[in-house]
Amino acid sequence: MEILLAIVTGILYAAGIYMMLRRSLVKLILGIILLGNGVNLLIFLLGRITKGKPPIIPEEAKVFEELYADPVPQALILTAIVISFGLQAFAIILVKRAYKVLGTDDLDQLNTTDEDS
Amino acid sequence: MLYSILAGFVVAIALIFTGKIFKSKWSVALTLLPLSLFVYFLSYIPTIQSGATVFQSISWIPSFGVNLSFQLDGLSLLFSLMITGIGTLVFAYTSAYLKKHVYLDRFYAYLSLFMAAMLGLVLSDNLISLFVFWELTSISSFYLIGFNNTSEASRKSALTALGITGIGGLFLLAGALLLGYITNSYSIVEMLQHKELLQQHEFYLVAVVFIFGAAFTKSAQFPFHFWLPGAMKAPTPVSTYLHSATMVKAGVYLLLRFSPTLGSTELWNTTLIIVGAATMLYSAFHLIFRTDLKGILAYSTIAALGILVFLIGLGTQAAITAALVFIVVHALYKASLFLITGIIDHETGTRDITQLAGLRKVLMPVAVAGFIAALISGGVPPSIGFVGKDLIYEATLHMPNNAVLLTAIAIVTNILLFYAGFVVGVKPFMGKLPTTFENLHMPSSLMWVPPLLMVTAGLVFGMFPNLIETAFVANAVSSLVIDNEAFHLKLWHGFNTVLGLSALTLGLGVIVYVVLKPKHKLENFIEKLEVASPKSILFFLTNGFEDFSKSWTNFFQNGYLRHYIATIVGFLVIALAFIIFSNFDLKLDFSSFSELTAYEIAIVLMMIGAVVFTVFTNSRLAAVASMGVVGFAFCLLFLFYSAPDLAMTQFSVDTLTVILFVLVLYKLPKYLHLSKNVLRLEHGILSLTFGGLISILVLKVLQEDQNSEITNFYAENSYLLAKGKNVVNVILVDFRGVDTLVEISVLIVAALGVFGLLKLRLKTRDKK
Amino acid sequence: MKTIILRTASDFLLPVLLLFSLFILLRGHYLPGGGFIGGLVAAIAFVLDAFANGLKNAKSLLKIHPGFLMPVGLSLAFLSAISPLFFDLPIMTGLWASEPIPVIGNLGSALIFDTGVYLVVIGAALTIIFTISETA
Repeated sequence: MEILLAIVTGILYAAGIYMMLRRSLVKLILGIILLGNGVNLLIFLLGRITKGKPPIIPEEAKVFEELYADPVPQALILTAIVISFGLQAFAIILVKRAYKVLGTDDLDQLNTTDEDS
Repeated sequence: MLYSILAGFVVAIALIFTGKIFKSKWSVALTLLPLSLFVYFLSYIPTIQSGATVFQSISWIPSFGVNLSFQLDGLSLLFSLMITGIGTLVFAYTSAYLKKHVYLDRFYAYLSLFMAAMLGLVLSDNLISLFVFWELTSISSFYLIGFNNTSEASRKSALTALGITGIGGLFLLAGALLLGYITNSYSIVEMLQHKELLQQHEFYLVAVVFIFGAAFTKSAQFPFHFWLPGAMKAPTPVSTYLHSATMVKAGVYLLLRFSPTLGSTELWNTTLIIVGAATMLYSAFHLIFRTDLKGILAYSTIAALGILVFLIGLGTQAAITAALVFIVVHALYKASLFLITGIIDHETGTRDITQLAGLRKVLMPVAVAGFIAALISGGVPPSIGFVGKDLIYEATLHMPNNAVLLTAIAIVTNILLFYAGFVVGVKPFMGKLPTTFENLHMPSSLMWVPPLLMVTAGLVFGMFPNLIETAFVANAVSSLVIDNEAFHLKLWHGFNTVLGLSALTLGLGVIVYVVLKPKHKLENFIEKLEVASPKSILFFLTNGFEDFSKSWTNFFQNGYLRHYIATIVGFLVIALAFIIFSNFDLKLDFSSFSELTAYEIAIVLMMIGAVVFTVFTNSRLAAVASMGVVGFAFCLLFLFYSAPDLAMTQFSVDTLTVILFVLVLYKLPKYLHLSKNVLRLEHGILSLTFGGLISILVLKVLQEDQNSEITNFYAENSYLLAKGKNVVNVILVDFRGVDTLVEISVLIVAALGVFGLLKLRLKTRDKK
Repeated sequence: MKTIILRTASDFLLPVLLLFSLFILLRGHYLPGGGFIGGLVAAIAFVLDAFANGLKNAKSLLKIHPGFLMPVGLSLAFLSAISPLFFDLPIMTGLWASEPIPVIGNLGSALIFDTGVYLVVIGAALTIIFTISETA
């Protein structure tokens, strides 16, 4: 299974980068989200995957008695997911605002700094 | 001692707020600052004479051995008195010279800053704090040179001066760190005790080169001399104070300070003699061609600095004594000449020597001061200049090797310095007064009294040399020369070789003065040779470097986001490929991998399909929907692989994201078809290569052993320490709680950002 | 989108979802859940209501602007983080009540911290969504 997931990670990276290389602002955001998903999966995989053993100590025990899934990457990804929500919201609004002010969503038209305009 | 240094900084800061008061008639009150410091340092003379040194140390960064430690010995006292004494006169002079200047308060702030930095420099015992003060003098002089900030030439000169002296400062830092590394201390006093260790260390050569680099740039030695004539763009009080009497002497001070520690070696002496001699001759000949009074003074200053470096290079007690006396002599006459030039400039509006004549009729006291200054500069008895010149010849004549050659160099330079002094101090006052200057009147006494005071001191010191000897020079010599013999400064040594040489110098000086007339033709001629000067070469190099960096920057920083991403990813692809394939071993051990089930295959296929659809669809709504599918597929994956918390979070966030997109989707622009197919193909190949490399990387990592130390710690202590059984949650709210705290702050910032972007009104500028 | 079915459903769903979010928050320390997830679920509950009954209704239900929840939550989390200082313990040390409380279980500073997270997440998510749907 890992080999399949590794390939999925690669595909997410490739799709994310490809979308970010497009000139459309909306695609840029979709690319960032895809890339973020890829990174999450990468971190998740690096903690090794375990089926059906969530990192929750059984009710009667005080420590783990058998194999369990790695909680550290899970904690990392959990925060990453929530943060990425904030990031996505901000990016979407930024795009909207830029579109409104500048009247274009062609990234190649956004390459001037304040000094030039 | 610390307070004496801080005083200048405090005044500089206070002037920011109280500038308006001191801009007008109260400006002269600021003279009290250097004056009181001068008196303060005078009060130390008896202590220093008794052979003691005053030491004060304040811990600053003790762990690095960097302390604010100050030491007042003979040498420091000599310099401190010069800095504050000439400072007093310059402060007073400025209040008349720049009267009602709109930025007079600013000027005084820079001047106080500079004075404080200079005092810190000569009083520091710690090399690191010396470096800090050293750079502060460069920075404050940058402001002073560029004071007329509306003039481009002025700004350019300021930048050149900052560049050269700033680089010198970096040399000093490097040298200081090296010396600190060798001796394990940054204290100059302690370094003296490690003389043997230093001189035999393998880094001795490098350390000395760094110290030389610092001293030569600051003291305008050939080939770094060119910033000094440029710095003459500054208002005259600045030229007087910084570029003749104090700052340029900082390099000389550094060499003097280190001559007991690093000196008396072949490398030290020979280099200094050669560099000093080259500077002396180069600039002494250069000054012949100048017609601008300040230009002449600039080159004669460089020549004088050359003499000082040359004397330090000779290194005998006689030479060091001569150097110290000459420092005082030079400060006295050069500062006076600059101030006189300032008066002439101020009154007549020109500094061109070919146009000035007969000014004695209207500026009599200034003419007197100029005449005496010329006498001191030319070394005519009974001025202190005569004593100084004698000492120089004394030193060169008694050198064991090449005495004749060294003496000849000194004589040639002195003849030309004689010429320079007379051209500036006497020539403008002689002859017939042009009609245009007839109704000139005397400037404020604040302007002409300071130079007169200084030259009077020069005369008095000359007639009673033991005044200057006991008060300054003897102490300074004893702080530099370890076993010094008794010596006495005298005006009259009887008939001997030295007297003959002095007479020869004076005679030839008079001849040169009479024969040579400053002409513009000569100046234009020398300007043409500038093409090959160090200045032009440096400018050529810096301009070339600037052009190169401009084109380099334009190539990479072209403003196209795509290019940035493509460059970064391209670089990563190359780096990753190199690492992965240079030790390529793709033998995968599939046995350690978990088995495939139909569910998982279905989820993965769904995800891949959704991703591909997202990339290739032309409908934004479809893209958003398929993004949602990717998210929910993730959710299922997390559920399968024992991450229920993640599954729940992913589910909720995905829901919110889709809602978010749907809310704004129709306000967003439609997709564009902008890229050409070839470019799409290129990008596709680049991203696929990158993705493939990431996959290989993941597989490689999965083959490695996992270090689960952290995981085990959290898992084992989750209940025992934090009384929680959901380890993920315990990590979030307990073990790594501070991280979570910061994270929710970031979330708040994002929310506020969204709120601000949407709710705050557009500025008028944005609406265009 | 104001269909009767959705409206009726959301009238029931809102309290249920809110209760569920609290449940998730409280059990987070022992079973899957916690402040992040609970906060997101609560946010979804309000968003759902806004879809069904209009933004105004959702806002009036909430009484205060969601933006105010953010500083409240952050200060709650911060206070619980520094509270060990008053007991001469390092920051973020878990403090626990000696007796377990019915339903909630052991009460400790970690729960207060998590509640802070819960409030911040609700505040941030709702601020974003509400602002966007007002102006978009």
